[in-house]
Amino acid sequence: MSKVVEGLLYSKDHEWVKKLNDSEVLVGITDFAASELGSVVFVDLPEAGDTVEVNAEFGAVESVKAASDLVSPVSGEVIEMNEDLVGEPELVNEDAYSAWFIKVKLDNVKELDNLLSAEEYKKII
Amino acid sequence: MQEVKQTCLFNEHVKLNAKMEEFAGYEMPIVYKTIKEEHNAVRNEVGMFDVSHMGEFIVNGVDSTAFVDHLFSNSIVEKENGSVTYGMMLYQNGTIVDDLLVYKVHDEEYLLIVNASNIAKDYEWVVNQTEEFDVTVKNVSEDYSEIAVQGPNAEAKVLELMGIDLSGLEFFHFGNYYYENHPLIISRTGYTGEDGFEIYADAEAVIELWRLLVQGGVIPCGLGSRDTLRFEAALPLYGHEISDKITPLEAGLKMFTKIDSDHDFIGKDALLKQTEAGLTRRVVGIELTKISIPRAGYPVFVGDEEVGFITTGYLSITLGTPIALAMINRPFTKKGSNLEVKIRNKYIPGFVRDKKFLKKNYKSKGV
Repeated sequence: MSKVVEGLLYSKDHEWVKKLNDSEVLVGITDFAASELGSVVFVDLPEAGDTVEVNAEFGAVESVKAASDLVSPVSGEVIEMNEDLVGEPELVNEDAYSAWFIKVKLDNVKELDNLLSAEEYKKII
Repeated sequence: MQEVKQTCLFNEHVKLNAKMEEFAGYEMPIVYKTIKEEHNAVRNEVGMFDVSHMGEFIVNGVDSTAFVDHLFSNSIVEKENGSVTYGMMLYQNGTIVDDLLVYKVHDEEYLLIVNASNIAKDYEWVVNQTEEFDVTVKNVSEDYSEIAVQGPNAEAKVLELMGIDLSGLEFFHFGNYYYENHPLIISRTGYTGEDGFEIYADAEAVIELWRLLVQGGVIPCGLGSRDTLRFEAALPLYGHEISDKITPLEAGLKMFTKIDSDHDFIGKDALLKQTEAGLTRRVVGIELTKISIPRAGYPVFVGDEEVGFITTGYLSITLGTPIALAMINRPFTKKGSNLEVKIRNKYIPGFVRDKKFLKKNYKSKGV
């Protein structure tokens, strides 16, 4: 059974969002997504200063066999990307909820209202 | 939509918790644990694949040798009984119907091993060429199950677990053996770049052998690692490096044709014409200088010009670098040529290199 962490927000595309404060969030992929992919061997992420748009592709997470697009759950500016994942992509499989991908400064905090709670996300996996 | 078939080992795969997916009309194991572990088991020790989905045809009759010579790109006439030969069947225009192995039983009997995805198309093609020849062709794919035992310890494991000594079996040769009362055909062949064997038998024997080998420590490997392994050895896959849009010359497989001999075969004229006109493109190796993963179908650029496409690519498990096979227009096929692969919205730099990414570890003489 895949792990779902209480207190995070989730998208239907199997990303999680963690609120850091009123305008900043961390974005990663869920444990369910990580185990469906198998061993992650590469993450292709935007850099600080790039912008991401809600429901648009912002990068990819790749297993040996296939690339899966990452679909952004929020719009905003990338403040930081997780450099640790460049050298150690396997961190995503070890703990999907600490292996965040990008830190985003939100354009519109109301977008978070469209995301799922842990309870709601559990029902779709 | 046809019903998805299962091989005789389906229940064994389920017991081993394999991730199953449909491939070529069969529900096949993609991976049991991780592709990396399975890949490394074959490179360093010994692994085993269920390849029962492969197709088998038997050609019989007094004209068998002349018929196979006409149908098959490579030479078999001078080959001895018990030999296995790699080659292709071509359309008149020189593009590829399929690649296959030809097992020569004797002058009046051959066994052809074809790709699972092409069984129906190949059978129709082969039968349609028989008119001028006194031969019969039987599709025995349903009667033959197959496992491939691959890796440097394959010979030792087969001896230890099955009691069959294959030390005298030469590379690209086969023989008839028995396990208990089951007849087996075993060839020293494979699709991994390592030493190893392909074992053909009926379903009952294959299930028994699979269990015996798993219990004895042979690592079950799925189609995921089968692809990463064959790719590192630059062995072509139908639908990628070769297809009905690609000729053997473009695929760099001229050595598996007899165009320089006086033997005729279907497609030969087209290949001679292509040689005379000069090739416009060719499959090459590519290595990227920045970490990313070049996947099949991604376009390749030199400046603003699209010069080709990736046919297979991985972050190589053995080498750790991003490498690919790609169909590239001349003159950008020259070794050392710089190019860029478009990966999503980025252009990742790389260069053309030898496609022998890895030294093959075959036993005895090469093909």
